[in-house]
Amino acid sequence: MAAIIDVQHVNKAFGGLKVINDCSIQVEQGSITGLIGPNGAGKSTLFNIIAGSLPLDSGQVLLDGEDITNRPANELFHKGLLRTFQIAHEFSHMTALENLMMVPPAQAGETLFNAWLKPSLVSRQEDEVRRRALEVIDFIGLHHVRNELAGNLSGGQKKLLELGRTMMTDARVVLLDEIAAGVNRTLLGDLVTNIERLNREMGYTFLVIEHDMDMIARLCDPVIVLAQGSVMVEGSIEEIQNNPQVIEAYFGAAS
Amino acid sequence: MNELVFFINNVVIAGSVSGSIYAIGAVGVTLIFSIMRFAHFAHGDMMTFGAFMVLLLTTAFPGAGAAFGVPSALILLPLAMALTALLAVGIDKAFYKPLRAHGVKPIVLVIGSLGVTLMLQGLIRLFAGTSGQSLYVDDRKEIFRLALPFEGARAPVVITEPQLYLFVITLVAVIGLHLFLNRSRLGKAMRAMSDNPDLAQASGINTNTIVAVTWVIAGGLAAIAGTLLSLDVTFKPDLSFFLLLPIFAAAIVGGVGHPYGAVAGGFVVGFAETLAVFNWSVMLRPFRDSLPEWLTQSGNLAFVGTEYKIVVPFFILVVILVWRPTGIFKGKVI
Repeated sequence: MAAIIDVQHVNKAFGGLKVINDCSIQVEQGSITGLIGPNGAGKSTLFNIIAGSLPLDSGQVLLDGEDITNRPANELFHKGLLRTFQIAHEFSHMTALENLMMVPPAQAGETLFNAWLKPSLVSRQEDEVRRRALEVIDFIGLHHVRNELAGNLSGGQKKLLELGRTMMTDARVVLLDEIAAGVNRTLLGDLVTNIERLNREMGYTFLVIEHDMDMIARLCDPVIVLAQGSVMVEGSIEEIQNNPQVIEAYFGAAS
Repeated sequence: MNELVFFINNVVIAGSVSGSIYAIGAVGVTLIFSIMRFAHFAHGDMMTFGAFMVLLLTTAFPGAGAAFGVPSALILLPLAMALTALLAVGIDKAFYKPLRAHGVKPIVLVIGSLGVTLMLQGLIRLFAGTSGQSLYVDDRKEIFRLALPFEGARAPVVITEPQLYLFVITLVAVIGLHLFLNRSRLGKAMRAMSDNPDLAQASGINTNTIVAVTWVIAGGLAAIAGTLLSLDVTFKPDLSFFLLLPIFAAAIVGGVGHPYGAVAGGFVVGFAETLAVFNWSVMLRPFRDSLPEWLTQSGNLAFVGTEYKIVVPFFILVVILVWRPTGIFKGKVI
């Protein structure tokens, strides 16, 4: 299988602090790849670099063979690369449902011409978007709060809304940044099922940052361990869990 | 009846005139704030710049309006709006964008905009001189005197041509802005960006385009406000600069970042100003017999003297900030 995301020799420093150090990772098409590592390993920074939110110092990022180094996030969205945020982002002054309806690009109602002269087209398309948004909101279990302003939702609900956004469009790759943090256990199970279903049925590729090892174990293969800004090990979850280097990185050197 | 005419002339019309100018100015300030999160102090001078462009263009093309039966300044206003929009985008590229790229705090942008204020004012002074000039270069200002169809109404309601245009254009601008924000892709993107810029970008919205569009709208509106104000009185290099305080008061009263609030705020401040300096003794004249003597004897019953007009927006500002810090419409997001 081909790598849909190919990060080659990326370096990034904040002031004197070298956060990403000659890091190269590949995400296979159709996989759910996990990205783990101790705090400060550079996971989120690497995510921001791939997602176009942060310029890199040197190196290259390829999306399906196309150079996307330092391309802005909005361009990547249209190329099918979506992300969620570690601290959940939402349009706080729109309802949860409107947040989802906001996502699909190029809606007919967005031009004055159509809005006035083709009201039937606009309302038909809007109905379709609304139906899809309602399906998604059922899917992520937020049906009961669909008409609440997104800013009033709880942290966990906002996280779910983030996942919902990625389901509103035909994504190729979705970067999930700690989607499980703050989501309760029962919901977590649904979340994992949903991610698997999206992966299997819709062909989404996922790159997942996660601290929850159960979730990583259930979901991800392969898993990449990042430490001090570069890849330490890569392999299946069993290989990772039994790797002495990883154990040392997480728990410190056995004294 | 004459008292009513006096009231219409001095409060209804005068208040609507300043209200409209403040409203158009405040909408620009509020849009810039909601997208870029800083108070743009150079807005008054962008207004002056727009009026200055109209002055240049009418001098260059005298008689342009005669063919259509409207003042030349009005025919050339769209061109001046385009030039001011261009200036606004240019200023952003040259001064604000580099600052934003460094991720500075909003206060640095505010100080930067003060620098732009001084620069623009200096430039306009350099080319236009410091004296007042009429924007009616080649034609004459029409003044309409409408006699009221009531018995005993001797004085007419007086309204000038630029005032009429001001009301019409304000209405069109506000409706246009409403449609733009609610019924267009860019407007929707603007609303999204004012809510959460990072998420907007991650949802495929090109934030650079939105910033440019914001400047184009703010610049165009500034040109309208500056030109119509200068048509009503005269063009002066510092005319709009002195409107900065009431305009910011209007934006804050309406809730910063809220365009409809800015419109409402503009009229609140405009009417508050005119009502505060209005001489109420005239209105009391018909009731002279039934009122106590001390109230009717005074010839001037204004709340504040005309020369202290500028304290009114200040006062409103303080009251609003204490009573409702987020403005009457709860601003921050379009």
